Amino acid sequence: MSLEAPHNLAFSLSDHLPILQVLIPFIAAPLAVVIGNRIIAWWLAFISSVISLLIATTLLGKVIDGSVISYQIGGWAPPLGIEYRVDSLSALILFLVTLVSTIILPYAYKSINFEIPKEQHTLFYAAYLLCLTGLLGVAVTGDAFNVFVFLEISSLSTYVLIAQGSYRDKRALTAAFDYLIMGTIGATFFVIGIGFLYMATGTLNMVDMSNLIKGQESLSTVRSGFVFIVIGIGLKLAIFPLHFWLPRAYTYAPSAITAFLAATATKVAVYMLLRFMFTIFHPNFLSKISIFEYIILPLAIMAMFSASVIAVFQSDFKKLLAYSSIAQIGYILLGIGLMSETSLTAAVIHIFNHGITKAVLFMGIGAYVLQGRGSFLSDLEGIGKVMPWTSAAIVVGFLSLIGVPGTVGFISKWFLVKSALEIGWWPVAIAIVLTSLLAVIYCWRVIETIYFKPLLSKKLTAETPISMLLPIWVGALACIYFGLNTEAIMTTSQMAAKSLYAGSFGSL
Amino acid sequence: MVHSLTTPTAFWFFYSVILLLALPSGKLRSSFLLMVPILAGIHLWNLPLGNLVQVKLFNFDLELMRVDKLSRIFGLIFCLAAFLGNLYAAHLRDTVQQVAALLYAGAAIGAVFAGDLITLFIYWEGTALASVFLIWARRTVASYHTGMRYLIIQIGSGVILLVGVALFFNETGSIRFELMTLTSLATWLIFLSFGIKCAFPLLHNWVQDSYPAATVTGTVILSAFTTKLAVYALARGFAGTEILIYIGAAMTLFPIFFAEIENDLRRVLAYSTNNQLGFMVVGIGIGTELSMNGAVSHAVAHILFKSLLFMSVGAVLFRTGTCKASELGGVYRTMPRTAIFCLIGAASISAFPLFSGFVTKSLILDAAAKGHYYIIWAILLFASAGVLSHSGIKIPYFTFFSHDSGLRPKEAPLHMQAAMGITAFLCIFIGCFPSTLYSLLPYPVEYQAYTTSHVVNQLQLLFFALLAFALLMRSGIHPPEIKAINLDSDWIYRRFLPSLIVKVKNLIDGFIFRIHRLIPLKLYSALRLIHILLGREGALARVLPVGSMVLWMVILLTITLVVSFIGF
Repeated sequence: MSLEAPHNLAFSLSDHLPILQVLIPFIAAPLAVVIGNRIIAWWLAFISSVISLLIATTLLGKVIDGSVISYQIGGWAPPLGIEYRVDSLSALILFLVTLVSTIILPYAYKSINFEIPKEQHTLFYAAYLLCLTGLLGVAVTGDAFNVFVFLEISSLSTYVLIAQGSYRDKRALTAAFDYLIMGTIGATFFVIGIGFLYMATGTLNMVDMSNLIKGQESLSTVRSGFVFIVIGIGLKLAIFPLHFWLPRAYTYAPSAITAFLAATATKVAVYMLLRFMFTIFHPNFLSKISIFEYIILPLAIMAMFSASVIAVFQSDFKKLLAYSSIAQIGYILLGIGLMSETSLTAAVIHIFNHGITKAVLFMGIGAYVLQGRGSFLSDLEGIGKVMPWTSAAIVVGFLSLIGVPGTVGFISKWFLVKSALEIGWWPVAIAIVLTSLLAVIYCWRVIETIYFKPLLSKKLTAETPISMLLPIWVGALACIYFGLNTEAIMTTSQMAAKSLYAGSFGSL
Repeated sequence: MVHSLTTPTAFWFFYSVILLLALPSGKLRSSFLLMVPILAGIHLWNLPLGNLVQVKLFNFDLELMRVDKLSRIFGLIFCLAAFLGNLYAAHLRDTVQQVAALLYAGAAIGAVFAGDLITLFIYWEGTALASVFLIWARRTVASYHTGMRYLIIQIGSGVILLVGVALFFNETGSIRFELMTLTSLATWLIFLSFGIKCAFPLLHNWVQDSYPAATVTGTVILSAFTTKLAVYALARGFAGTEILIYIGAAMTLFPIFFAEIENDLRRVLAYSTNNQLGFMVVGIGIGTELSMNGAVSHAVAHILFKSLLFMSVGAVLFRTGTCKASELGGVYRTMPRTAIFCLIGAASISAFPLFSGFVTKSLILDAAAKGHYYIIWAILLFASAGVLSHSGIKIPYFTFFSHDSGLRPKEAPLHMQAAMGITAFLCIFIGCFPSTLYSLLPYPVEYQAYTTSHVVNQLQLLFFALLAFALLMRSGIHPPEIKAINLDSDWIYRRFLPSLIVKVKNLIDGFIFRIHRLIPLKLYSALRLIHILLGREGALARVLPVGSMVLWMVILLTITLVVSFIGF
């Protein structure tokens, strides 16, 4: 840990970046409510999102070489005080979350006009900012209980945000309620797990915890704690049989929120899983506990297949994408479950890739919905002729989802297949290819509908407003850009995977 | 990541597509189409030799622009062919064909300059994808099916190439496109994929199937690139591979007979393409400096004279709507200039002295003789006579002379005449001043085409072949031009294999039927299970009450807890 910053020497602003990362959206949220003007609220949200993105980029630049930033809140040294720790993995997540947020906010401005009454907008942005705070906080903190706190901040605001969809469709309320119940149970499991670990170690600081757990692996307290944490996070993650809350939450939430959540919330949950599995529990422990081969891997592969098949049968474009998300999470879990450096790299890359891909797709379908169409495939027949730009962006998103070379989706699948072959598990590699074929099928169903069916009704004739189209295309171009210029993401991911696999928080 | 000294020539063509789409359809666009290959060609001419553009992608070093003497001459002739093709097509107002022609030429040129196998593969598929639109552009049902068959074969060749490249990389750890030996499965696969594009015997049907099916102008462009790209790839990768000599010899022989009896004149020319490719393949197979020079220069000459022949037949097709020998004849009265251009092309392909074929083909023949391949030499000689008969005489004779069909079409449009005129001039120019072409060849040339013995030999051959044709025509033994379909080996995959598949399917059906009766759980009940579980309202896709969701969670927690305690 020689790379840690010395204690209590935070002099300049740049040393405070880890806390500012969380603080800026956190302060902006009440500010938006106090000022009470929806336009100012949007600007507050947008500016704090942009600043967060700048901070995240700076942090990413600082830790890309493998170093770790440790920040002590109030100057209290860990393990007593709360510590924020940024390594390459958390910096990548911070970057993803803030990037997606910055892309989506301009989109949200127009899009929620159609979905939410104007007097609610300030509250909407406040909830959004709190959600952002929570997600960033989970990624930045190095304290186990602090993770729970931030998780709850983001979850509670998420429930509110999903329920906002009720102005368009009342089913959003039940979807949000179901998610509230399930999410709370998941969080409870999670905090029970942390409680077990606290019992065993007497500390909440992750690094400290990790050191103290060594040698106590056979304690049933530790193992139960591990299981509770995995299942608790698993719900947030929508691990395969715990996924039932997700399709409806995604379908009925406001479009911008769906895009934001699909791109970030589950990804942050994956981050938590990685962090707890690999940082607090040593990989040595993981190889002994046999959960990977008997629980995670089978569930991952089942998710890949069954969610893809379900997606094939869907008639609602949003639901189709939601199930495809569940399948994609299967890929990420597969990468984690294979437990090699390459497979972890694949998982980390896929977190990022799938994040921006799904953001594009959900923004695209949101644009369809707002232009007066429903999200049912039968409503979208021939819409490609009326909305060529939106549709083209959706096609780019699909290509990336399938994993066509030249898009981001290709790189992670490539690494995933590679990692499966490295350990000689070629049936897994075949499964990856087969499920990609399923993805081709459900993507093609949509493409066929929007391009090759005659335009059904003449309800609308306009392309998406430019302020919404631009974010969609920024995302689509990002899919291509990061697919061609693979250096940055790959270096960070490899660094992150390496340090995860070594079982430490950042430092090797 | 990118190390670049110049823009890859192929990109000139790709970029210009964007500009092209911005221009209004019309004269402006047509002249723009002419400018692109000229500018690209001039740019290429001035490039130094060397590895000019390197890109790093996923730990692979891609070389997009390997300019050496071998690739440069192919790049130049491709630019020239693109120019001539576009000039010939200047009347077109069809965006699809214009874009396809540009992309096709660009991909072919890109492939020629590819210094590694991955880049080669990408462009290899690129030529297939772009060129099929030249066939589909006819917009008939038949051409759609032909295009599909063409695409399947071309993409198939690309897939085989990809598998070969992957294996090759696995074995050697290198993706550089260099001379290979046929010692492993990898190189055999690469060889096979080259062979498909080069129309090796039994892999050749796509040429006869697709060339006559493309549009008037599309055929001209098609004939220039794909097969010659394959010749280049063979020359680069498999020079001196002995089996190529015998393959090439077979290629020169068998099309002669098909060409003699074929009625569709564009198909005759397609067969004669096979035959000419055979000469080049033999040259590559011999692998000496002389023979390689011969193969390359013959490829150059062939692009020119074959384009010229396709152009002249195409012009007749354009004016009369047919290119069947049985429906044409006597057209020279109203299309005299086209007839003359056709004769020049015919003289070139038959290797008359003072025409381009003579100075290039004799290099290969001499190389065969010098390498002591006497039987091969004799076959090539016989094939040369055959060329004269089916391409040199049959094409011009049945199109422009022969019995009068009564057709009085207008002379070809001016731009077509210009394209044919330039090509004809080049054919004669190369024939009279071969040193210009020789100086561009990969190896130094010390060769005199015009020695007394060469000229006399060739003239003897040609005159006896002419005499034979005249006698055959007089005596009525020459196969008459009749409407008929000739069976070639493509019967195997167009008739025999489908019927075989139907038989096998019936067999399997019967088998499955029996299984159905034997096993109570039928196939569709498995599908129904999938539907029950995963269908739109399937068990795993339904809206669950919260209680059930929690139940799932508890079940999973329990199982995981149990499993976690097993491990210790």
